[in-house]
Amino acid sequence: MSRLSAANVLLAKEIIARYPRPKSALLPLLHLAQEQDGYVAEDAMEHIAELIGVTAAEVLGTCSFYEMFKREPVGRYMINICTNISCQLMGGEELLHHAEERLGVRPGGTTEDGMFTLEDVECIAACTEAPCLQVNYRYEYHVDNERFDELVDELARGSRHDIPRHGTLGRVRQHLDPERAAGIRAPESTGEPQWYTSRKPKEEAR
Amino acid sequence: MPTNDYVAHAVGYVDNEGPKIVTSRFSDPDSYTLDRYEATGGYNATRAVLQMNPADVHSQVRDAVLLGRGGAGFPAGVKWGFMPPIWPRYLVVNGDESEPGTYKDRLLMERDPHQLIEGCLITCYALGLNTCFLYVRGEMALAQERLARALNDAYAAGYVGRNMFGTDVGIDVVLTWGAGAYIVGEETALIESLEGNRGMPRLKPPFFPAAKGLYMKPTIVNNVETLANVPWIVLNGADAYKRYGSERSPGTRMLAISGHVNRPGVYEVEQGKVTFRELFYGDNYCQGIRDGNELKMFIPGGGSAPWFFPEQLDLPLEAADVGAAGSMLGSGAIVVMDETTDAVRACLRVVRFFARESCGKCTPCREGTNWEEKILQRIDDGYGRLEDIDLLLDIGSQISPGNYPTASFEAEGLEANPFPPKQTTICPLGPSSVAPITSAIRRFRHEFEEKIAASALTNGHHGDADHDEHPEEVSA
Ligand SMILES: Cc1cc2nc3c(=O)[nH]c(=O)nc-3n(C[C@H](O)[C@H](O)[C@H](O)COP(=O)(O)O)c2cc1C
Ligand code: SF4
Ligand code: FES
Repeated sequence: MSRLSAANVLLAKEIIARYPRPKSALLPLLHLAQEQDGYVAEDAMEHIAELIGVTAAEVLGTCSFYEMFKREPVGRYMINICTNISCQLMGGEELLHHAEERLGVRPGGTTEDGMFTLEDVECIAACTEAPCLQVNYRYEYHVDNERFDELVDELARGSRHDIPRHGTLGRVRQHLDPERAAGIRAPESTGEPQWYTSRKPKEEAR
Repeated sequence: MPTNDYVAHAVGYVDNEGPKIVTSRFSDPDSYTLDRYEATGGYNATRAVLQMNPADVHSQVRDAVLLGRGGAGFPAGVKWGFMPPIWPRYLVVNGDESEPGTYKDRLLMERDPHQLIEGCLITCYALGLNTCFLYVRGEMALAQERLARALNDAYAAGYVGRNMFGTDVGIDVVLTWGAGAYIVGEETALIESLEGNRGMPRLKPPFFPAAKGLYMKPTIVNNVETLANVPWIVLNGADAYKRYGSERSPGTRMLAISGHVNRPGVYEVEQGKVTFRELFYGDNYCQGIRDGNELKMFIPGGGSAPWFFPEQLDLPLEAADVGAAGSMLGSGAIVVMDETTDAVRACLRVVRFFARESCGKCTPCREGTNWEEKILQRIDDGYGRLEDIDLLLDIGSQISPGNYPTASFEAEGLEANPFPPKQTTICPLGPSSVAPITSAIRRFRHEFEEKIAASALTNGHHGDADHDEHPEEVSA
């Protein structure tokens, strides 16, 4: 897989336009590539580099820092089990062991049928609902072994329509209509906004 | 399973019937919609503010003593005043919540996105800036979705963007998100990430964001919960705000209490009014330790905080008191551990977090946190040596210099556990890894020793450095 599709190039241009500098769009564009292909392909990184005017090496440099960007294909469903302290206290590590057995893979591994990738992750901000996990970044709370098996069955059957395949995060995008935007301030621009100057008491005005 | 009278659609949130400043809409199933927000007084604060002098809005927040909720507890109004008169300037909202035990910003973003957007707009107005970046943690898909929808609706209604509410004011709020890196919660790393770089912190000084932040321009970084308080403050006034909480810490805090309590949950609690004991045992709160067990220890403010023990139960939930007792309320993450908890394993787990999340920029943190993890791992795996305990403390002292609770230090009457920690590193992540180690060793040294002694027995080793080989050998 590949460079960004024509539709995604349009989206990419819209995203780039909302940042004062093109490189700031790098993380959003990497997410876009991952949404397209399920992972961040090398060609996609090169394409992104062209779009924001940096080298492919810079794109890889940033991409490789962040855990969510996968540079190799992963399963359709990424199952991330939290084993951090609150979850550990409530059985998160035991859940992970059960998951390893059930799926037959170690953390980081993908099942042979390409359905599941298992990861043990750090706190996912659901500590009061321990032990918990995410499937493609959607939460499941209070997961015991039985519930885990059910979940895997549901996913394998394709009955979890609420969970998109790996790569899709929020399913609503922000659309910044240029007609309505105030106008993103580039760092090179100077001067305070007109409305601010006119509202300050006179003695404070410079 | 603990019984939880959660509000079904705000999983984790428990309504304790106390005053609500930021969670007032959590009980409505459609709390995240623009309609519900407006039906409950939403955007009235912004309307009112647009008629005010920006400096007066800033004063309101400064007078309210709104302490930052991201961890350091610095007063927001004071920080806002640190920006030099240079434009453009930016507001960056820190929604990267990932400190172990912390669960509140996600709820605020998922359940009441408009309240946060309003907080951003008012802050931008007060400081005369017109671009705000809302940086949400990458793993929070629902929060991203809710905020995107909320922003699209608010733009369409003319509440955000050009000519807000028919005035000449224009402010943009841009939603963006991370991709999985705890360190990006540190404000300068967040800025690096927003510039499209690896999320590695910058040295402070000189790179204090208020002076040299995003694109080296003045930048205010505030936590989600901090900004969520702003609409209430400007609508009701600083004096009304100060009627809640304590004098030094007005208002409420969202606290996530997890671990071995009967009713874990996210509670909005008045600052300084409740003690840890009431929180853990009170009927309105966590209703006791599970199975009637004894409390062994608790983390009062996220994985980075030194641990507390039963003798600290009567401290009020107030940053200054907790600070004076040698720890911090941090990000409002309280983790409760009962008598069945293995102190070595708990310590290992927290340290492992820091080892995995170190960004690798400074040697003491990159190498040190890894050594700490490996040594703790071998103790837990049954390959520990007696001198490992002091070795851990020694490594800690190189990341975070100070007096450490080695046997000899205590004998000499030196104060252990320096807090707040000193650091040989660029940011406080490395030193944070030392807190669980000193806490656990100081209090439960015997557990480390017992584990080491037991391993010598079961493995036929002698706790002898020359003979025992762990599969993943480490020497420091
Ligand atoms: C390692 C590290 C991680 C941090 N993570 C977060 C975080 O996830 N969310 C947050 O708001 N602040 C976090 N902070 C604190 C921020 O650097 C910053 O102080 C805060 O966002 C300021 O907002 P406030 O003044 O409103 O609290 C972290 C700090 C450090 C050193
Ligand atoms: S202390 Fe650790 S996380 Fe912080 S800058 Fe240094 S290496 Fe990175
Ligand atoms: S510790 Fe597992 S979600 Fe926080």
